[in-house]
Amino acid sequence: MDAFLLSRLQFALNISFHILFPTITIALGWFLFYFKLRSNLSHHPVWMRIYRFWVRVFALTFALGVVSGVTMSFQFGTNWPGFMEKAGNVAGPLLGYEVLTAFFLEATFLGIMLFGIRKVPNWLHTLATFVVAAGTTLSAFWILSLNSWMQTPQGHEVIDGVIYAKDWYAIIFNPSFPYRFAHMLLASGLTASFLIAGLSAYRIYKGDNKIAPKLALKTATYTAAVLIPLQILAGDMHGLNTLEHQPQKIAAMEGVWHTEQGAPLLLFAIPDAESKTNHFEIAIPNMASFILTHDVNGEIKGLNEFEGKHPPVAPVFYSFRIMLGMGMLMLFAAWCGTYWLLRKDALPDWLIKVFIGMSFSGWIATLAGWYVTEVGRQPYLVSGVLTTQDAVTGLPPANIALSFSLYAALYGVLLIAYIRTLMLMCRKSVGIEEISAEERAQAKLPLSPLQAN
Amino acid sequence: MPFESLSAEALGNIYVGLLGLAVLLYAILDGYDLGVGVLFPPRNETFKDDMVASIGPYWDANETWLVLAVGLLLIAFPQAHSAILQTLYLPATFMLIGLILRGVSFDFRAKVPQTKKRKWDTCFKYGSLLTTLSQGYMLGIWVTGLRTDWYAQGFALLAAFGVTAAYAFIGACWLILKTEGELQAKAFYWAKRCLMILAGGIIAVSFINLTLHENVRELWLESPLGLVLMLIPLACFGLLLLCGIVLQKLPKAGGRGEWLPFALALLVFVLCFTAFGISYYPYVVPGKLTIMDALSDPDSLRFLLVGVVVVVPCILLYTVWVYRIFAGKSEKLAYY
Repeated sequence: MDAFLLSRLQFALNISFHILFPTITIALGWFLFYFKLRSNLSHHPVWMRIYRFWVRVFALTFALGVVSGVTMSFQFGTNWPGFMEKAGNVAGPLLGYEVLTAFFLEATFLGIMLFGIRKVPNWLHTLATFVVAAGTTLSAFWILSLNSWMQTPQGHEVIDGVIYAKDWYAIIFNPSFPYRFAHMLLASGLTASFLIAGLSAYRIYKGDNKIAPKLALKTATYTAAVLIPLQILAGDMHGLNTLEHQPQKIAAMEGVWHTEQGAPLLLFAIPDAESKTNHFEIAIPNMASFILTHDVNGEIKGLNEFEGKHPPVAPVFYSFRIMLGMGMLMLFAAWCGTYWLLRKDALPDWLIKVFIGMSFSGWIATLAGWYVTEVGRQPYLVSGVLTTQDAVTGLPPANIALSFSLYAALYGVLLIAYIRTLMLMCRKSVGIEEISAEERAQAKLPLSPLQAN
Repeated sequence: MPFESLSAEALGNIYVGLLGLAVLLYAILDGYDLGVGVLFPPRNETFKDDMVASIGPYWDANETWLVLAVGLLLIAFPQAHSAILQTLYLPATFMLIGLILRGVSFDFRAKVPQTKKRKWDTCFKYGSLLTTLSQGYMLGIWVTGLRTDWYAQGFALLAAFGVTAAYAFIGACWLILKTEGELQAKAFYWAKRCLMILAGGIIAVSFINLTLHENVRELWLESPLGLVLMLIPLACFGLLLLCGIVLQKLPKAGGRGEWLPFALALLVFVLCFTAFGISYYPYVVPGKLTIMDALSDPDSLRFLLVGVVVVVPCILLYTVWVYRIFAGKSEKLAYY
């Protein structure tokens, strides 16, 4: 294998592993802020118990996000030196703003959030929780702005192959950014909701009849039920935006080899790059044209119009369907869950199991979605400006192979450890008897003299 | 465009200064928490919990200085970033693996059953050690101007141990400040040991440093500035000596002045860093790439400078503020 393929594999591995954790923490931070607010307003100890459980999940998730993120910041230079040398004038300041405005904020206030509860007044602890949530969201803002600029670049000029920034407002708020940002934040909301619902369902399944997991399950299920239709809407608008700016990506997503009017929506097919056709199509006639152009006979440009400049079809095509399938499953689970929780105040056994099974469904949907958009940008690194091939390192392949194997092994172990630790935390919490602060204070009082005898 | 009046040279100097600040703060701040990791004893369970508690609220933010340093190198001096990190690809990979291992162990150890805690503790210690050794090695190779011959390798190995000793030293001083009783007594012992090794390391590195680059040798030995510059190593050894005396006397001082060793260690770091800075200015890769060779588009740097001017003082302020919140002896290990 050559340095190009290995670098791509390694980058894909690192960024896939990394995104799992921010996807959770961005929204989990806001969930924690909500739990904290409810605790402040109601003074009911259950909200603080929920907070305590989930803040520990947050700490672990955040740590994994930080360490895998540090790795990313090195790889730009090690594996893609051409990216920074040619696009660094735009990418650099955006990354710089992310570090300056978001990373320090999150990391510093996380210390207060995790360890400061007895050291600072309650309002300050609440504020710290808010700042951490805002920091993670701000971080998403900058990095998604950069990613979106790579998809739909504008506000720059190219002189001698080097990109120079002309208009920062145009760069930051490039055409695909608002859609991608909304789509990602909603994805994070859904990932965190299903994680909270899933792990709470797991606690209930293991016999935890305390009020905390049930309340967390309700909060998360209702949130998911609201977010999923919003996400479908945001995804649809994102798709229309992509059709406008990156039609070759849409063609790959829909498996349209040749420009056609009234393109069918392919529910399933096996795209064949050799013969430029699809096998085993299961299709709804005219539906793709209708969704994308709002006209049953609308024209969809095919891959034939982007000869040599379009992404590989199969990975984009399949990932897109996995993401959609996951979204439909989420819609079903969230709405069923909401129905039962509102009507019966409990979930039937089978739905509990569905929720447990879907604890990490957000990861699958998020990864699939990112594969669609990132593979869909190929063969470019910055659409139409810089190809991925032109940015690659001249490092010896053996070195990359070594680092790739090390990362792969380490990430595999960490992923298993992460999931197992979360499950263990759930099981441990089942046996813990919850007592109120008064009861605890009472238990600490000395026994009366009579009892002491 | 704001800061229009700043020339490219001025921007280069500002950014190299910022980069220096980020590296120095990283070395001091993540230095002590990496040092605590290196000193992690294999057996004593209460020591381990207390040591982790002493760095708990800080390590995340400390590590962020590394991201800023690498980020600034990437943004302001992209050519230097790719030259350095491609030459140092494998040590950088080992450093990252070390950082990943120690960062996650820190959280995993608090959440897994007792039987598995040991494993994560081992990961924490050796992850920290792998990180400090790799960083020292990378520093060594960078100093030689990214040479890869045997002489440079030897020097880099020496630097690897020197940096590890320096981190362990400042880590021990941190523990003196943040802990009490038996662990603090142990920290005094560690600090004294590390001080010896560090002093030896600084002497060795300083002399070999003079053999590496012609212009550095001239600066220190032949230029009129050299005499003034010689005050830096002298001051450095004065401080180390003072620190040695303080470490002898403090255990009998009844808890007063426990901040002194850490403050002295911090000054030693600043001095060593200054000596490096003066030696290699205006190079970003010694002998190879100057600031101006590697500088990226000035307009982009001006755009980022707005954020730097506003945000960096805020970061410093809230960092100091958080250190004040958690001032005093660290509490028992507990998560909320």
